[in-house]
Amino acid sequence: MSYEPSNNMNRLNQLFATKGNNLLSIYYTAGYPELNSTLDIAEALEKAGVDFLEIGFPYSDPVADGPTIQNSSQQALDSGMTLKVLFEQLKDLRKRISIPILLMGYVNPIMQYGVERFCKQAAEVGVDGVIVPDLPIYEYETIYAKYFKGNNLSNIFLITPQTSPDRISKIDDLSNSFIYLLSSSSITGGSLNVSDSIEAYYTRVKAMNLKNPTIIGFGISDNATFTKACQYANGAIVGSKFVKLLEEDNYLEKIPAFVQSIRPIY
Amino acid sequence: MKYGVNEQGYYGDFGGAYVPEMLYPNVEELRQQYLTILNDPDFKAEFNQLLKDYVGRPSPLYYAKRYSEKYGANIFLKREDLNHTGSHKINNAIGQILLAQRLGKKRIIAETGAGQHGVATATVCALKGIECVVYMGEVDMERQAPNVARMKMLGAKVVPAMSGSRTLKDATNEALRDWIANPVDTHYIIGSVVGPYPYPDMVARFQSIISFETKKQLFEHTGKELPEYVMACVGGGSNAMGMFYHFLDDESVRLIAVEAAGKGVNSGHSAATTFLGKEGVLHGSRTILMQTEDGQVVEPYSISAGLDYPGIGPQHAHLYKIKRAEYASVTDDEALQAGLLCCQLEGIIPAIESAHALAQLEKMKFKKDDNVVICLSGRGDKDLNTYIKYFNY
Repeated sequence: MSYEPSNNMNRLNQLFATKGNNLLSIYYTAGYPELNSTLDIAEALEKAGVDFLEIGFPYSDPVADGPTIQNSSQQALDSGMTLKVLFEQLKDLRKRISIPILLMGYVNPIMQYGVERFCKQAAEVGVDGVIVPDLPIYEYETIYAKYFKGNNLSNIFLITPQTSPDRISKIDDLSNSFIYLLSSSSITGGSLNVSDSIEAYYTRVKAMNLKNPTIIGFGISDNATFTKACQYANGAIVGSKFVKLLEEDNYLEKIPAFVQSIRPIY
Repeated sequence: MKYGVNEQGYYGDFGGAYVPEMLYPNVEELRQQYLTILNDPDFKAEFNQLLKDYVGRPSPLYYAKRYSEKYGANIFLKREDLNHTGSHKINNAIGQILLAQRLGKKRIIAETGAGQHGVATATVCALKGIECVVYMGEVDMERQAPNVARMKMLGAKVVPAMSGSRTLKDATNEALRDWIANPVDTHYIIGSVVGPYPYPDMVARFQSIISFETKKQLFEHTGKELPEYVMACVGGGSNAMGMFYHFLDDESVRLIAVEAAGKGVNSGHSAATTFLGKEGVLHGSRTILMQTEDGQVVEPYSISAGLDYPGIGPQHAHLYKIKRAEYASVTDDEALQAGLLCCQLEGIIPAIESAHALAQLEKMKFKKDDNVVICLSGRGDKDLNTYIKYFNY
């Protein structure tokens, strides 16, 4: 299947239009474990059957992330990863990879790079969307939205168990591909404990019949947590658990088995 | 107020609340409630009572005779060093613990660099019998061991921040992460005029008692409410904002903020944010911060742990950009010499932070009748080891 963008639908929109559930996304940090490993990892993940990817660009002070992702970010920075280097690496992205790609990172590096330049280059290399956890709605609407939309980039918003129904509706209105549903109010790398209250939250969000699909993230680390998440949402994202795999030797060869362990192909 | 915050939490180009969605409800609860609580008569009465009976306010405005002779102007010291716990930090800690109680919070977290804000927070938590967790960089815990012991004696749990450079900015990151994980029962007492809106405004209001008292006290001394100069040191900038607050709209008053130049502004070991920084986002607000071209936060340096911060509060960034306040910088050496001079001329051992403001006196050109107020933000007991090492006592 190919996901070439058409009619203002980017690859993400096309993915959700053609495949509605059990979607698996993987997060990893660009430039980790090796400065030039970014595209090799993407290619291995696509071959292993992952539906879309989130490539993190590192930041020195990632407050929403736990130690695993912070350490990977610091190591990537120490190796020389910057947005400029990343866009250089992604020049061949669409020659090698056809699944949707999101970039994920904090607002300050984008601000310093220039939001207009960032969006333009992201679109040029074939990126489909951006996740910026610390970009507030007000600033998105007043400053950023025109550059995102002008380059056909989806902006992905997060919601948590504490997000009010009014705010969820507003986020649904502003979103145009999917909404990132945090499994709990926590930083990345925790474990998913589906308590009654979390289950009630998933059920509450599901009952809102949002126009956008939802993907659950934070705390997805194995088939059990993935399967549980897919009962309530269109799919789930694995981050820290995958970044830990990248610490091992011969990590590229281990990727198919890893993906299989999260979402076995039946 | 002309220089105050707008509805979106901005001071001109600076401020806002750049927080991940996980922190949005916490910050939004504060935004909706802080002004109502601060303006409540019961809150005001308890705040003022504690400032008077527990902190020991008003802090004196002391006419420094020998300084005045040396510098050829009337020099007044606002004695925040005489507050309980030894610095201005207690003003904010008292305000925020009363606010936390009214929000029904059962647990307090805080970050600290030198330990002064951590000690102030541990103190008010003991006073109110509330659980207290203080995040402190592992490196700072070694540098400021006596303050770690003080916090523990006061019943606080001190958690080392092991990530990044293991100093103040990392302690702030860890405190924010704790708040993400504990969104309902926990209040985060930020120690300076930094962080997402409404913190910069809230902390400035709690510290504004400094300039509120100064106006009255200066009138008693001189028959005039307004000095020609007001001076203070700036790390994040809470003592400076408290010292400037009630003078902001009095345009005749020159406001001088003094940053830490460390080993020299261009030495690569400095914390002079307005000289070395650029606009960006740090710890939840748009401000000026020291960063690489790629937007990574740079680790600052100053001999003074309280000024060793890579940003400044967003209101300071605004006052700097529109030139309402002047930002100067002073090196480690200049500050330590000024600290010693203060001991020998006035019999006061100042915190090294405050000594930065005093050092700026050497660079000023005053007229004979100028009235100059300097915020002596803290006492130097915590810095004795640094002074002893530097001067070989």
